[in-house]
Amino acid sequence: MGLLGLLSKLFHKSGSSAKSDTGAVKMVESKRKEEKSVADKITVGHVHMSGCTGCLVSLADNYGGLLTILDRYADLVYGLTLADVRHIPKMDVALVEGSCCINDKCSVDEIKETREKAAVVVAVGGCACYGNITRFCRGGQQNQPQHESFLPIGDLIKVDVYIPGCAPTPQMIRNVCVMAYLLLKGNAEQKALATSYLKPLMDLAAKGTEACFCNLMTEVINQGLCMGCGSCAAACPVRAITHEYGKPQGQRDLCIKCGACYAQCPRSFYSFDVVNNYEAILGAINGALQ
Amino acid sequence: MEHSSEVKEMANELGNYKTCVSARSTDKEILKCSQDGGIVTQLFAFALEEGIIDGAIVAGPGEEPWRPQPMVAMSKDELLAARGTKYNISPNVSFIKEATRSFGLDKVGIVGTPCQMQAIRKGMLYPFGWRDVPDKIALALGIFCMENFPYQSIVQLVEDHAGQKLENVSKMNIGKGKFWVYTDRGAVVDLPLKVTHKYEQPGCHVCLDYVANLADISTGSVGSPDGWSTVFVRNAKGETVWTKAVAAGCFETKPIEQVKPGLELVTKLANEKITKNQKTIAGRASFGAGKALRNPYI
Repeated sequence: MGLLGLLSKLFHKSGSSAKSDTGAVKMVESKRKEEKSVADKITVGHVHMSGCTGCLVSLADNYGGLLTILDRYADLVYGLTLADVRHIPKMDVALVEGSCCINDKCSVDEIKETREKAAVVVAVGGCACYGNITRFCRGGQQNQPQHESFLPIGDLIKVDVYIPGCAPTPQMIRNVCVMAYLLLKGNAEQKALATSYLKPLMDLAAKGTEACFCNLMTEVINQGLCMGCGSCAAACPVRAITHEYGKPQGQRDLCIKCGACYAQCPRSFYSFDVVNNYEAILGAINGALQ
Repeated sequence: MEHSSEVKEMANELGNYKTCVSARSTDKEILKCSQDGGIVTQLFAFALEEGIIDGAIVAGPGEEPWRPQPMVAMSKDELLAARGTKYNISPNVSFIKEATRSFGLDKVGIVGTPCQMQAIRKGMLYPFGWRDVPDKIALALGIFCMENFPYQSIVQLVEDHAGQKLENVSKMNIGKGKFWVYTDRGAVVDLPLKVTHKYEQPGCHVCLDYVANLADISTGSVGSPDGWSTVFVRNAKGETVWTKAVAAGCFETKPIEQVKPGLELVTKLANEKITKNQKTIAGRASFGAGKALRNPYI
């Protein structure tokens, strides 16, 4: 059974529909889904701006899970070295990696074209969301030493969903892909689940293009919300965060501005609707990717 | 998932759970220095022995007396060193990735407060920076928590208010409406909670969970007689571990309905915490002049 079937089973556990489901009905339903599965796929592209390809590697590190996603849920219609397509085609979801070099006309055109062609633009990783390590560029690198100005893509186009982190984890990218699929192809209930899962990531996209360890100070500790759980330190890719007397202390010179710490913090955003259902949601995602 | 319909849908303040009992460890060594029934230490010791976990993130001894430091315990001795409640912050979640990296654990146990259980579950759904962590969380034990204190607050309470040297303190406890300090030489000092309230960590005042609703198993003293702990077994994973541990003779148990003060007190305190903190959250919406403080809950 495909993901939609699995999820509808899980989320109807106490409803009348589950009780009325006879084995025969289920068989018919799952057969119909399997036949339609190819047509039901969403189209996804990976757009490579100025990034290190670490986000793409992270996506690939889903191993068999990635193949299952491509097999059942998504067609990769664009991607450097992965799809033999030169120009950005129309697609449902664009996964954009890297920031945009505004000194390079080709990059600027490409990110604008991505916005025109994609229904949903996802900024994958710290560079696309917040500039990340490319914020520290001063130019001078071969073979384009004049390329010195890099902007998060949200400074040039409207971005729908953020996945902060450097690199965002394979599991996080996978979860967003699955939720994007549910949002575009699911029934009303599945769309509602995907919306509540993705909402905080949409809120992050709407919030702005700057991130830093300082967000933990200004928006969590200063706001009286930090309770010293340690999530931020575990999320930091450069080990810039330690805890002094139970509160995060950042070595700000080490911070690469990827946004992982703030996004990981349970007091940056927290949805009881989503998190209280962690077992059902993770069970469905894992089950669908077997 | 076939068990999910069996999960008792209790009123929200105690979260979902399959069973609730009063229990204590049968291991005298564990009980010697445990806070109450030695539930967490005993469960982790059993899980280690059985290979259910490879190690557990616990609040171990730190550089100063009664200042906890998260540590990965990989033996019973290390677990024993971390027994007892410290009443100040141990950022246990900060080790959740490190446990799977430097320590090489594939099956991680972690104990934490309700907010730390929330952090763990959020992190499993949204692992922005927790690469390969979500599938390796093998046993999450939650402890009941009304509020926590910064370390300096504990220094102030014990040394200034109770007049005891921290290094001489053998046990601290909050119970029967008081904060208790016991020393090695036998002194017992109690402070009314009216005194301790102002030293609480501010971040605790927006917390809406008293009994670690999102743990696999949660435990705390409230509801059970002295020396015993109340235990909520919350999900299938928790049930598997708990059933095995009880079958192996790790615990004495009593039905929660047969002990005093029982679930009634747990429910009352949970409601008190949630109601009080909901008021705080509502107050934050109009804290400034036309300016709100941030609300993390969406």
